[in-house]
Formats: sequence, structure tokens, C-alpha cells
Amino acid sequence: MSRRAALLLALPPALFLAVFFAFPVLSIVALGVAPDGVPDPGALVRTWTSSSTLRVVAWTIGLALAATTLTLLAGLPAAWVFARFRFPGKRLLRALLTVPFVLPSVVVGAAFLALLGPRSPLNALLTAIAGPDAPQVRLDGTTIAILLASVFYNVAVVLRLVGGFWAHLDPRAEEAARVLGASPWRAFREVTWPLLRPAVLSAVSIVLLFTLTSFGIVLVLGGPGQATLEVEIWRRTALLLDLPAAAALSILQVGGVFLLLLASARAQERLAVAQRLRPAAETERAPRTRRERFVVGTVLAGLIALVGLPLLILVERSFAVGAGYGLTAWTTLGSLPQRAGLFVPPAEAIGNSLLFAFATLLVAGSLGLSAALAIGSRRGWLPQTFDALLMLPVGTSAVTVGFGFLVALGEPPLDLRTSILLIPLAHALVALPFVIRATAPVIRSIDPRLREAAAVLGASPGRAWREVDAPIVARAALVGAGFAFAISLGEFGATLFIARPATPTLPVAIYRLLGLPGPLPFAQAMALATILLVLTAISVLAIERLRGSGPSPF
Amino acid sequence: MNHRPAALLALALAGTTLAIALPAGAATPAFTAERITLMTHDSFALSPEVLAGFTAATGVEVEILTAGDTGSMVNQAILAGDDPLADVIYGIDTTFLSRALDAGILEPYLSPALDAVPEALRLDPEGRATPIDYGDVCLNLDLEVFADGGLPRPETLDDLLRPELRDTLVVQDPSTSSPGLSFLLATIARYGEEGWRDYWAGLRANGVLVAADWSDAYFTHFSGGVNPGDRPIVVSYASSPVAEVIYADPRPATPPTAVMEDGCFRQVELAGVLRGTDAPAEARAFIDFLLSPEVQADIPLNMFVTPARTDIALPADYLAFTAVPAAPLTLDPARIGADRERWIEEWIETVLR
Repeated sequence: MSRRAALLLALPPALFLAVFFAFPVLSIVALGVAPDGVPDPGALVRTWTSSSTLRVVAWTIGLALAATTLTLLAGLPAAWVFARFRFPGKRLLRALLTVPFVLPSVVVGAAFLALLGPRSPLNALLTAIAGPDAPQVRLDGTTIAILLASVFYNVAVVLRLVGGFWAHLDPRAEEAARVLGASPWRAFREVTWPLLRPAVLSAVSIVLLFTLTSFGIVLVLGGPGQATLEVEIWRRTALLLDLPAAAALSILQVGGVFLLLLASARAQERLAVAQRLRPAAETERAPRTRRERFVVGTVLAGLIALVGLPLLILVERSFAVGAGYGLTAWTTLGSLPQRAGLFVPPAEAIGNSLLFAFATLLVAGSLGLSAALAIGSRRGWLPQTFDALLMLPVGTSAVTVGFGFLVALGEPPLDLRTSILLIPLAHALVALPFVIRATAPVIRSIDPRLREAAAVLGASPGRAWREVDAPIVARAALVGAGFAFAISLGEFGATLFIARPATPTLPVAIYRLLGLPGPLPFAQAMALATILLVLTAISVLAIERLRGSGPSPF
Repeated sequence: MNHRPAALLALALAGTTLAIALPAGAATPAFTAERITLMTHDSFALSPEVLAGFTAATGVEVEILTAGDTGSMVNQAILAGDDPLADVIYGIDTTFLSRALDAGILEPYLSPALDAVPEALRLDPEGRATPIDYGDVCLNLDLEVFADGGLPRPETLDDLLRPELRDTLVVQDPSTSSPGLSFLLATIARYGEEGWRDYWAGLRANGVLVAADWSDAYFTHFSGGVNPGDRPIVVSYASSPVAEVIYADPRPATPPTAVMEDGCFRQVELAGVLRGTDAPAEARAFIDFLLSPEVQADIPLNMFVTPARTDIALPADYLAFTAVPAAPLTLDPARIGADRERWIEEWIETVLR
């Protein structure tokens, strides 16, 4: 593709990013840095060097590193099992493991509280065995709870990015090393690991990005005093209106995230090893020995426990009303709640969520395809930087973007501040990088020789593109659009700022119900969470089906 | 010519409804705006048919814009500046009033209905903010734990320092939670600038648990009613016991929780006309509407706060299970505005570090 065509394709997503991300964020940051129109660099430096900032930054980074390490420890064996072995229900299991990734933090927080809090199944068991004075296990409010939830969220990233790539590595290289006398560990370390490194690095950078900016989970599961940078930005902006400090922290966050993304893109390019990839179906096999079956079984059981238990407990709690079980929470979803915050029956949130998700699919799908064509067809620092820039909204605090909308988008003709359109636009902002990640590698992987062969056979360049590229690109774009859909379903932070009570999304309705007293609203929230779970699982399964076994990591 | 009597009749009818919905004495200006926007917090609620009364009376539709909790709502209104997001705002409370007044986002309006509101609730003499209702943030007790033969039931804030009540209290972080901040303000009002930190150091030594927000404290850590926690004392609202009755299925005869009347902090909730609105007359009419007997009577069981007017009959459930403390603690909004952030920082140093 010519440079000019690539630039032309990059234009719509670039404009979108400029108007709905860069402009609002720069506006709110400018308001903080220069409240009277004159920038005050001294105040910035004071905030950056204050002991409370340093403490928050150190805690944020420490937490992110610990969570990323744990996620890798849980994810790498899973990636290996999914890459190398065939077992029944593999596709379904991979889809289910991806569901947590798009669940809103309110839901995950509620699930982990139910699982680790005072009335957890474990504690019920302890009481049943040893009576009412049995020792109780409480993990809520601890760092362990935050870390467990982070692994729950992000294990799918490692599974998909590393496992997806691993499945295409030729196992014969490792087998050759084994024949020559290398131990399994040495064969892995010296043959497979160097080839795998770029994929691991890519997964690490994404998991780091999410753990560095996790907000809801830290707020719900972490005790006080465990504020991360993201929580502190929210507190300074939304509660204290201390814009100078919020701006200083936002600059720190966005700058740090951008450097991380750039460094990771560079390192991936540097470490990439040219190799012939093989179809995943040819590299997987059924576990052969008893030991293999045991290892595969253990890894899968661990994964199912880690991801399945929190999801199951959500479903269970939706039926627990009063002393026993019942359908009350489900049968009342269609009627108006008795009070507060929710002005429509909870069931209406389902339709709203689906509608916004379709709108996001259209916006993020088309912009993402356009960006992916531009990024996927060119090499060098320019597409790399563009890619990192498009990823920035994921690493920026929702409150910074939300309050930025407030100060930036108020001028006619663009008074969007209270418009319902902001919801799909904000969702598209977050979904765009995932659409690109699902699409660009596929575009990059199209063998140019296919196009050349078509040309030799007499096809015009247009026809060659239509017949060779278009079907592959279209399928990749659909996969990307599917991710946009799933991400929109679960998006919570930005929606909370702009959702209207008459049009709540599922996560917003769940959040409102969780704030109401009494057991019924809680069970209703869990019922809505179950519906969200099912909708997400269906869309992820549809993506799996569309994706087939191409090299797309997501 | 035929349709004219009908039109006149409709006009006359509209006039009657208006007279019903709006307090007597309010002028009935011609409303030109088709719709006004009400900016409010997450907990706003009225019965739909009562809310529809405003449109029936004035022909003006109401669009609701919820903007997070009270602090977040006030901050968004301030950031929107001269080009307001809405025409009228409801839900500014004692804690955030001075910030809203200092930012100059409200236009003065003295509603004729204020005659029925006690002087003590009128926090802004200039009328930039109109009191609509008030509620008390109080400690709630799990009655099962404090029944005969159980733990000694605390009666005062000082009782919370007793060693028998070790590890029984859960509060919210005042830096992230509005009731948490109210309870901190109650202790400052009680023990003064010189004593409140010592009191909190005592609570810390006695095992106080700090939760991030009200839901977390109440639904996770509190043991009262069906809540799963193991702490029998929680910072909540004076009206929480009512909710424990009317939202339980089946309904218990009496609430499983009770309010400790000492140490309650009173929060007045106010409404105001946002400066820069295109519909000032309609916005003022909405403030009159919020103070109308219909809305005032609808407030208690929707938002679990007490209406500002004294001439309203409260619903039986509300009366039966809500304790309206006789001598709640409170602080001057201007003082809260000036010292809030310092107090929060000092609280963090005292309790969390």
C-alpha cells in the first residue's frame, strides 16, 4: 500500500482520537496546569515529588508488577496446554476464559467479595464442620484479593496472546533438541522461549497496562490506604476538585503508559524472529502419557477453579433470596424498582446495552479497520507511534476523559456533554485498540506472493485485492467488531459519567442496584450480572467461530 | 369556533392542576421552555406519577441527569461553568454547599414555599440554595448482637472506645465516601479541633474497620439483618432500619437494626437554579414543585430522608421505624468548605498510616 493511501486511511481514526480523546484530556489537564492561563511548572514538580505521590506511584507499580508476575505464572502453563494439546470442549473453555476480561469491575468486585468475604462457601464449610466458632478465612480488603482478581481478569490476555502464537510454532524444533539430548526444560529455554519472547512481551505490556490503571477492583476489594494512581486521580478530580494535583498525576500516568507502550512495541520488533508458522491444528495433539494427562488435567482444573468459581457464585447469588433459593430476583426484573437511581425496570438495561454495543461495533469496527489497514501495511516508527497513541485511552483514567468531555465539548456546534451519543463514542475509544490488535496482524500476515500470483494470472491490482485480501480482511474486521461489541457490553467507568437514568446500561444498572439496601436489589444485580455474563459468552463464542484458526492473537 | 370552549376548558383545567401542584402564592408565569434538565445525584428518586405532576401542571418536561455522588455532581456543575449542563440542581448537601456557593454556580431564588420550612434548615440566607429535605448519618446497630445477654449496647460515641466493643465498628473512608465524611464531621463537631484526632486514635486502637464506601461497609461488613458481615455497628443513615423492613421479603414486624441517637450528623439537601440557564422561570417553578406538599410527602419512602416542610404528614412506615435524632451534630458549611481537605488528610494520617 502506498504511503499516501495509508495516511488517508489513518486520517479518520486519527481525527476521532484527536476530537474525543486528545482534546478533552488536554483541556482538563491545561485547566489544572494553568488555572489562570499561566502554566505553573513549580506546582507540577511539587506534586510529582511530594511524599504522598511517591507513595502512591510506588504502590501502583509494585501492585502492577506483582499482579503481572502472578498472571504470567498462571497464564503460561495455560497457554502451553492450549497451544499443544487437543481436548474436548477446548473452544468453549477458551471462550469462557475470555469472559472475565470484559466484565465490569463492579461485577468482579461483587463476585470476589462473595467468594472471599465472611459468607464465602469456604467459611460455610468451616462452620458446618467445626460449628459456629470455627476459624473463618477473610481475604476481602487485602492485597491478596486484589491480586487474585487481577489474575482472574488478565489470564485471558496471556492465554490468547502467548497461547495463540505458541500454537503456530513448529514443535519439531523442540523435538529435534530433545532427540539431540536436551532436557525438556533446556529444550524449552533454548529453543521455544526465544521464539516465544515477543508474544510474552506483548502480553506483559498489556497486562501491565491494565494492572497499572485498575480502578474499580482496587476500590472495591482493596482496603483504604491502598489507593493506586488511578484511584488518586479519581479522588482528586471527582471528589476534591483539586485539578492541579489531578493534572500532575494524569500527566504522570499518560506519559508513563505511553513510554511503556512504545518500549514494548520496539522490543517486540527487535526480538521478533522470522520463522515459518504452522497451522494450529497441525501442532496440537491429544495428551499421550499418563503424566501428560495429569499435567494437562491439573492446569485445566486450576484454570476452571480460578475463573469458574467467581462466575458461578454470581449465578448462585442471583437465586439466593431470603433463607433459601428462589426466582424472585429474576421474576421482578421487569418491574419498576421501588426506589432510587433506576427509573426504568432493570430488564430495560439489556436492550440499552445491546443497542450501545451495536453502535460501538459500527464506530469502532469501521475506524479500527481503517487504522489497522494503515498500521498493518506499513512498517517503521510512524505506524508504531500511531498504534501506541490509539492504545492510550485504555491507559487513561476514565474520570480524566469524562471531566475532559465536560470542559471541552461544551462549545457549539459540538455540545455533546449530555448527549447519549457520547456512550458509544466513549466505548469506541476503549474498543479501538482491540479491534486493531485483532485485525492488523492478519493484514500483515497476508502473503504478498498470493497477490503477485494473481497479478501474473492477469488480475488487475483492484481485482487481486478483492479476491485475495478482501475475504481475509473482512473476516478479521468481523472478529475485531465482535471484540468492540463485547467491550462495550462490559464498559463501566466512562458510562457511569454519561449514562442517563432513563437509559442505563447493564453495568450501570448493576451498580445502581448494588447501592440499594435490602437483599432483593442485590440478587437482582446478580441476575443482571448473569445475563451480562451470558451475553458476553455468546459474543466471545461467535468471535471464536469467526476467527477460525488464523494467526490473530485476539 | 367550535374548538374554543374546549381549549378554554383545557386551559382552566391546567390552571387548577397548577394551583394544586405549586404552593399557593406562587405566581403562574407563562412557561416557554419545552423541557428543563434536572441535575442530581445517584440517589435521587421520586414516584414517577408525582414527578409527572410537574409536566402536567406546567407543560414543561423534566429530563434527569444523574452525575455521580454529591461531590462529583457539584464538581461537574462547577466545571461546566457559565454554560450549565442543566437548569436546576438538586442534592447539594451541607458538606458541599460552600464549594457550590463560592464557585458562584447558583442564582438566588426565594421560594414562597420556604415559609413552611424551619429557619435552621435555611443554610444560605441569600436563597441561592433552597432546603428540600434533611437526613441524619447515624450509627446503626445489629439488634441481634446487642440483645439481652449479648454485647453491651453502645449509647454514646464514647462507648465505642470500650474494650468490650473491640472489633465491632465499620466506618467508611471519608476521603471516598459521603457518609464516611459525615461521620468524621460528627466527631469533629463533638470533640472539637483539639480532641477529634485522639478520639479516632482510640477507635483505631479498638479495631475500627474502614471500608471504601457505604455499600461495602453495609452489605459486606455489617452483620445486621440479612447482611453477611461480622461487625454489628456501621455508619449508615437514620432511616436505614426502615429499608430493612420494607425491602425484606417477607417483611419483619420490626427492624433487625436500630439507630444510635448520639453522634448523628445532620445533612441538609438543597436545590438551586443554575446560573446561565435558558429557563430561569421554569427552574424556579421546579424548586417550588420540590417544596410542594405532593413532592414533600413522596420524599421519605423514596429517598429515605425527612422533608424540609414541617406541615407534611409522614408515612406510617417511615414514622414507625425512623429515629429523627433530637439533637443531631452539625457544622457550619463555610467551616467545612475551608477545612475539609485538611481534616481528611489528618484523618488519613491518624487512622490509616
